Amino acid sequence: MSKPSNTRPFRWHIVVFLAPAVLVYTAVMIYPLFNTLRLSLFTEIDQSRVYVGFENFKTLFGDPNWSTQFWNALGNNFWFFVIHMLVQNPIGIALAAILSHPKLRFAAFYRSAIFIPTILSFVIVGFAWKLILSPIWGIAPGMLDMVGLKSLYAPWLGKEAYALTTLSLVSVWQFVGIPMMLIYAALLSIPDEILEAAEVEGLTGLASFWKIKLPLILPSIGIISILTFVANFNAFDLIYAAQGALAGPDFSTDILGTFMYRTFFGFQLQLGDPHMGSTIASAMFAIILVGVCVYLFGIQSRMRRYQF
Amino acid sequence: MSTARSNRFNTFAAHGALILYTLIALFPVFVIVINSFKTRKAIFREPLAMPNSDSFSLIGYETVLKQGDFFLYFQNSMIVTVGSLFFILLFGAMAAFALAEYRFKGNTLMGLYLALGIMIPIRIGTVAILEMMVQTGLVNTLWALILVYTAQGLPLAVFILSEFMRQVSDDLKNAGRIDGLNEYTIFFRLVLPLVRPAMATVAVFNMIPIWNDLWFPLILAPAEEVKTLTLGSQVFIGQFVTDWNAVLSALSLAILPVMGLYVIFSRQLIRGITSGAVK
Repeated sequence: MSKPSNTRPFRWHIVVFLAPAVLVYTAVMIYPLFNTLRLSLFTEIDQSRVYVGFENFKTLFGDPNWSTQFWNALGNNFWFFVIHMLVQNPIGIALAAILSHPKLRFAAFYRSAIFIPTILSFVIVGFAWKLILSPIWGIAPGMLDMVGLKSLYAPWLGKEAYALTTLSLVSVWQFVGIPMMLIYAALLSIPDEILEAAEVEGLTGLASFWKIKLPLILPSIGIISILTFVANFNAFDLIYAAQGALAGPDFSTDILGTFMYRTFFGFQLQLGDPHMGSTIASAMFAIILVGVCVYLFGIQSRMRRYQF
Repeated sequence: MSTARSNRFNTFAAHGALILYTLIALFPVFVIVINSFKTRKAIFREPLAMPNSDSFSLIGYETVLKQGDFFLYFQNSMIVTVGSLFFILLFGAMAAFALAEYRFKGNTLMGLYLALGIMIPIRIGTVAILEMMVQTGLVNTLWALILVYTAQGLPLAVFILSEFMRQVSDDLKNAGRIDGLNEYTIFFRLVLPLVRPAMATVAVFNMIPIWNDLWFPLILAPAEEVKTLTLGSQVFIGQFVTDWNAVLSALSLAILPVMGLYVIFSRQLIRGITSGAVK
């Protein structure tokens, strides 16, 4: 093995190989990230940038105008996340469990078809569901009528009590393919010998799923959970496409992404404020960081992994 | 006997559940596309019926093609997606090769630094990114988007590609070195062709999020001549919100290219996900 040793002349090719990626990544991702954190400590007075320490954070958490909006967005974001964890991931796991059955026919067809919503853009998904659920068009009430449940219909996206849950479910509809695929891959990687041994011991069907497969795919469920967390806490597009920057009705679908967009860019009468926008971005960064750390140190490191 | 019967029942239940979910997944797309070919009256009278000779109409598509510059939007999206993928793959593979092939001081640290971006969304830095693009005059150019998506895609690309490059045989590279090839030739001629499947996986993973992104086009490139298809259809639909024919046709036109890409690449995408490339 002739790996170059340290006595050789400086190996410029390593620099050449690394430089483009490191430069673009540092300049367009890492530097702006820290610059945004830095900007949250400044404000604009008479068109010049002034350092104000943690004043912006005091405003965000202390001024009722800001703090009610922030806690509203954060609370909504949590609900958005909870629905994904309770609906999207269990459905994804169930679909994957069915699909991974070795003798199932048409598995490839089902897999591809169920994944289709995931490839569509939020704009398409948001508008398509808005039209379908709209009382003007009448597809949703018409279909409920067919099964005799017309009384259950309400203009869900227009009601404060339902709008956020409805949009969360639309997002679940869109992304269920991702947990399905990842769990499917994890299930396929379980060796047949283990399942056969379980069968000899009398574990089949559902029992073998709960006792054998589920413990083995726990690490994948952990990965899905953290991916869902990060994606949900920087979500924006679906709410913006379906409800606009005001996240109506009456901010009931406002999440951190739309709140930051409104603050940063301004809307209607409010002027955009990059410094308050940075402050909200910093709060989002902290939340995501806490989530990732809880996963890395609290969950992943304690999970038992099995090597086959 | 009884197991055979319960097996048949299970298969039946499994297909039932999958068919039900497939219908839920495809129904909205189906409704949008069939109604885009109908007259306004038919859209409202019988939204679930297929278009027939009576109700068939292309009026929505005519409006869309007359009012919106969808070919331009499509072209912009194409340039941004292909450009970003090119740089992600080229720069990502080069960095992955350096990390996988050479031992040098700071190798692990560099790997960790580049991996940071896998978990942290680039959107958090939007305020400073916009400021930088304004200062460098890149705002409202496609370059702004290409740079952002390249930076966003690099961490995962480096991570996946370096895993694969570690598996390329050392003997092959050393044989090349003995033959007098320099390190660049070894990378471009010997290693790159061998990791082509991994490059395809990375490309497919990055393609869909880039094509569908709304956030950065909205903030960095909202001008008419650089609008991407996603932003273009969003704005168009917002303006024509009461013209149902136009809205449905615009949605169908936006679905079309993604579905085309999916049909071409779905096998690659699914193989990429299920091969456990993303751990």
